[in-house]
Amino acid sequence: MSEFSYEIVIGLEVHVQLKTKTKLFCRCRTEFGNPPNTQTCPVCLGMPGSLPVMNKKAYFLGMRTALALNCGIPKFTKWDRKNYFYPDLPKGYQTSQFDLPMSEEGYLDIKSTKDEFEPRRVRIIRAHLEEDAGKSMHDEAAGKGDSRIDLNRTGTPLLEIVSYPDMRSAAEAKAYMQELRLLLTYLDVSDCNMQEGSLRCDANVNLHITTDDGVIATPIVEIKNMNSFRSVERGIEYEAKRQYDVWQETGKVLGELPKQTRGWDDSAQVTRSQREKEESADYRYFPCPDLVPVIVTDQQIDEVRQEIGELPSALRERLQNEFGLTIYSADVIVNQGLSLVEYYLELAAAAGDNKLAGNWVQGEVLRILNDQEIEIEDFPIDAGRLAELLQLIQTGDLDSSKAKDVFAAMLTSESSAADVVKELGIEKVDEGALEALCQVLVERNQRIVDDVKSGNEKAVGALIGQAKKENPNVNPGQVRQICLEIINNL
Amino acid sequence: MSIIQKTASEQLALLNSGELTSVELTQAYLNQIEQIDGQVGAFLRVETESALAQAAAIDQKRATGAPLGKLAGLPVAIKDILCTKDTPTTCGSRMLENFEPPYNATVVEKLLAADAVILGRTNMDEFAMGSSTENSAYQTTQNPWDTTRIPGGSSGGAAACVSADMAPLSVGTDTGGSIRQPAALCGCVGLKPTYGRVSRYGLIAFASSLDQIGPLARTVEDTALLLEVLAGHDPLDSTSVNQPTPAYSETVNQPLENLTLGVVDRHFGEGIDPEIEAAVQAAIQVYESLGATIKHIEMPHADYGIATYYIIAPCEASSNLARYDGAHYGYRTDQAEVVAELAEDGSDEGPLVRMYRKSRSEGFGEEVQRRIMLGTYALSEGYYDAFYLKALKVRRLIRQDYDAAFEQVDMIIGPVTANPAFAQGEKTSDPMAMYLEDLYTVTANLAGIAGISLPCGFTSGGLPVGLQLQAAPFQEEKLLRAAQMYQAATDFHTRRPELS
Amino acid sequence: MSLTRQDVEKVALLARLKFDEDALDKMTDHMVQIIQYVDKLSELDTEDVQPMAHALDIHNALADDEPRPSLPREEALKNAPKRDDECFRVPAVLGE
Repeated sequence: MSEFSYEIVIGLEVHVQLKTKTKLFCRCRTEFGNPPNTQTCPVCLGMPGSLPVMNKKAYFLGMRTALALNCGIPKFTKWDRKNYFYPDLPKGYQTSQFDLPMSEEGYLDIKSTKDEFEPRRVRIIRAHLEEDAGKSMHDEAAGKGDSRIDLNRTGTPLLEIVSYPDMRSAAEAKAYMQELRLLLTYLDVSDCNMQEGSLRCDANVNLHITTDDGVIATPIVEIKNMNSFRSVERGIEYEAKRQYDVWQETGKVLGELPKQTRGWDDSAQVTRSQREKEESADYRYFPCPDLVPVIVTDQQIDEVRQEIGELPSALRERLQNEFGLTIYSADVIVNQGLSLVEYYLELAAAAGDNKLAGNWVQGEVLRILNDQEIEIEDFPIDAGRLAELLQLIQTGDLDSSKAKDVFAAMLTSESSAADVVKELGIEKVDEGALEALCQVLVERNQRIVDDVKSGNEKAVGALIGQAKKENPNVNPGQVRQICLEIINNL
Repeated sequence: MSIIQKTASEQLALLNSGELTSVELTQAYLNQIEQIDGQVGAFLRVETESALAQAAAIDQKRATGAPLGKLAGLPVAIKDILCTKDTPTTCGSRMLENFEPPYNATVVEKLLAADAVILGRTNMDEFAMGSSTENSAYQTTQNPWDTTRIPGGSSGGAAACVSADMAPLSVGTDTGGSIRQPAALCGCVGLKPTYGRVSRYGLIAFASSLDQIGPLARTVEDTALLLEVLAGHDPLDSTSVNQPTPAYSETVNQPLENLTLGVVDRHFGEGIDPEIEAAVQAAIQVYESLGATIKHIEMPHADYGIATYYIIAPCEASSNLARYDGAHYGYRTDQAEVVAELAEDGSDEGPLVRMYRKSRSEGFGEEVQRRIMLGTYALSEGYYDAFYLKALKVRRLIRQDYDAAFEQVDMIIGPVTANPAFAQGEKTSDPMAMYLEDLYTVTANLAGIAGISLPCGFTSGGLPVGLQLQAAPFQEEKLLRAAQMYQAATDFHTRRPELS
Repeated sequence: MSLTRQDVEKVALLARLKFDEDALDKMTDHMVQIIQYVDKLSELDTEDVQPMAHALDIHNALADDEPRPSLPREEALKNAPKRDDECFRVPAVLGE
């Protein structure tokens, strides 16, 4: 069979655990990692007679996120029950939102700095609140024995963010997840820890294949269990190839097969069909009679809007336009999170040189953060102290190589940049003495003078080396400049 | 007159004056239960020891002059549907045979805070589904006026124990008439409060948007006293309404002036027992003689009440009862049997699904399963709009009928049931006939309004007849005053069944 | 509105109930009867009527995000039909 070109069509459903102290419908804590079944009460155990009461904070964190995703906030929202039996769902239904979600119709812009794809606006269908389920721990002995149920997580507030199928490559899907995670981090609404499950992603994927008889669509597959950005990318890439192969083999197109659910197996790097349900799902959604609707006013919506600070996309633009950083630098700094941006802004203001500050944050500071696996909050040199160092560079008191030595020393001391300079014995060489030294070197090295004169300016480098031997404190740039001047004036 | 024949209000006065102790009173009721509950079967469990201990503690408290709750020392019977910490709470079901809740219902907390003495748990239709108490998994309850007959339901035990002097006060629940109908058939007073008036926290749900806890007693005054304790806003119940609770017991004896009562003509005539009609018409005349104005009103959608109810209630129930699946509490089938059965019938059903299905089919009785099936069907894909959504719309129409009626009248007066108590077993094989028992009561639940049932006569066969008054939301205070006007002018509430 | 034995069987699976042959026949009979009765609602024109899911028109019952003590684990597990020291136990959840 011949090869046809295809487009991957991807929509993502992202579940975000909201950063509340307590669960969505009861006041049990939502801490991760406590011993099994120590974080439950009659409500989240689904005990007979217990009743849910909505967590106000969860509602407003949801609204904050929805507004940052440019969603509209309906004045009226209600709660529905999604009915199905599963042992991690003790009530036999999940309280969620069906036809009147708390927010609708937004978007998130994604861009690639590495030109992997064209900038894209991914539209959001809705973001709604629902409760998390507990955990079933399955016995490894292949279906034999029991499953163990831990209900600590049951009832943790989730915001489900559903995108339109607007993404066209695995790289876009990964970028969407990364940008969404960054946004959620800026909003301070979630821990966004994919390993701990506080940010989870399901992808709906199919292909639009251009055949000789026009474009056909393959059946939609939902991929679950993608627990890292890398697995989102790889899972989708794998699934696209698999769907193409299956289509070539079977010719089945959208509508001819029911929607399938496949799980990403990260160790085998494949998606696997999850056991077909014994019946087609019929969740029998209906309004939850135990919860009352929420009605919000324009004023409340405005108040939440006010809480939202500057978001990544706006910050990137500001760093480029107001601070003169490159797209790349702005991206690197903003993507590290709000704390690093704040560090940068403080540093730039104190140092008085936006670009120099940008280069240092993006270069030396980030290198240390990565090497030492620490956050900017734990970085030993505060912005004020680093600004002093940058000022010494600007005045020419330090060259960049010396500055790095000083920087390295400052990491382990609390001294000011100026004191470290002294401690290291770095002294600024007197201008007159430097000129005298250069004069001597030029006179001593006729061959180099000739080379330079014949157009090879690089040859002057040898003079810098000699100057450093004579006096380790000389500034190489200055030596170069003075020597060239002397030679050119000969 | 023996102490147990006095009203709760009279007993409270004696307790307060020191002429009676709570232990004496409690013991008198325990003796009565011991003597006659074998014939009635009102109680599932009598909590003799804890009741006497509570009574002694309250006597002690009274003796020291400490501040006392509103029911200090009065015994109360509780329908076995209200969760009580570390105490069996079965809801009349095998499913919860060994279930001991880890918490107290708000109403139980309120009773304890009011220094009531909890006598025991009363029998009921399983999960409050039924109108005869024959659907209890444990026992039937007999009507004290004729033990071959049913006491009504689902709060059959709650009504029977009051009418047979086995408790002065009793707490029931009403989803479609489950307080008012047994009160009518047993000849006592029963009040269904406005939806949201009493906290449902800890009430084992049947149909959450209809369920409401309410008091049963022999007199209107006692009913007012108990409602005053049960009512009030609860932050643990999102549907509980934040309104102050009036002092019902203080105003109950103030007659209402310029009372206008609405009569729905369709309540009478075809389908109603002539003796019931006569008793209710006579009661209407009593009100006229007391100065009330009678207006004939229309309730155009009342005839659709049963159909609406028997969609909404099963739909909610099918979801509310999904939690009884044998996983976390309650009955679970034998796991070895599950494995054997799967091997035998070669089904590709997993052991978990089969465990669910077997546990639920063995743990639930027939009527409960029928309602779960109905609700599951009515909510399922393709039927939601035709059944559930349609019923929610008709529910609105019924509410609008009431709203229009209460523009014209203060209360609606009429029958509680079309017939007096029927024979045990008479309707058990005909669910539709049983459902029609709720004809006059379900609309109040659908609309969320308040209703009361009070004794208004007896049939020639000596069976009690109930009178229903219905009032707009949160008008319980007026409802009780209007009921008391009638009770003060009549003596039906003073008659007693003869049990040997 | 017709309802077949097969429909009832499907609903039974959805509701996680199981009937033997006789019970299934009886259930089908009763459900047909009841559904025929409740179908009288279709007589009414409800085109412009707002559905009424709650008995009262109340809204915004929201609680503050203040933790309250959870149950001791023993209390949470004490009614479990099958359990170990830490968890509820159920027959193996297959396939996921």
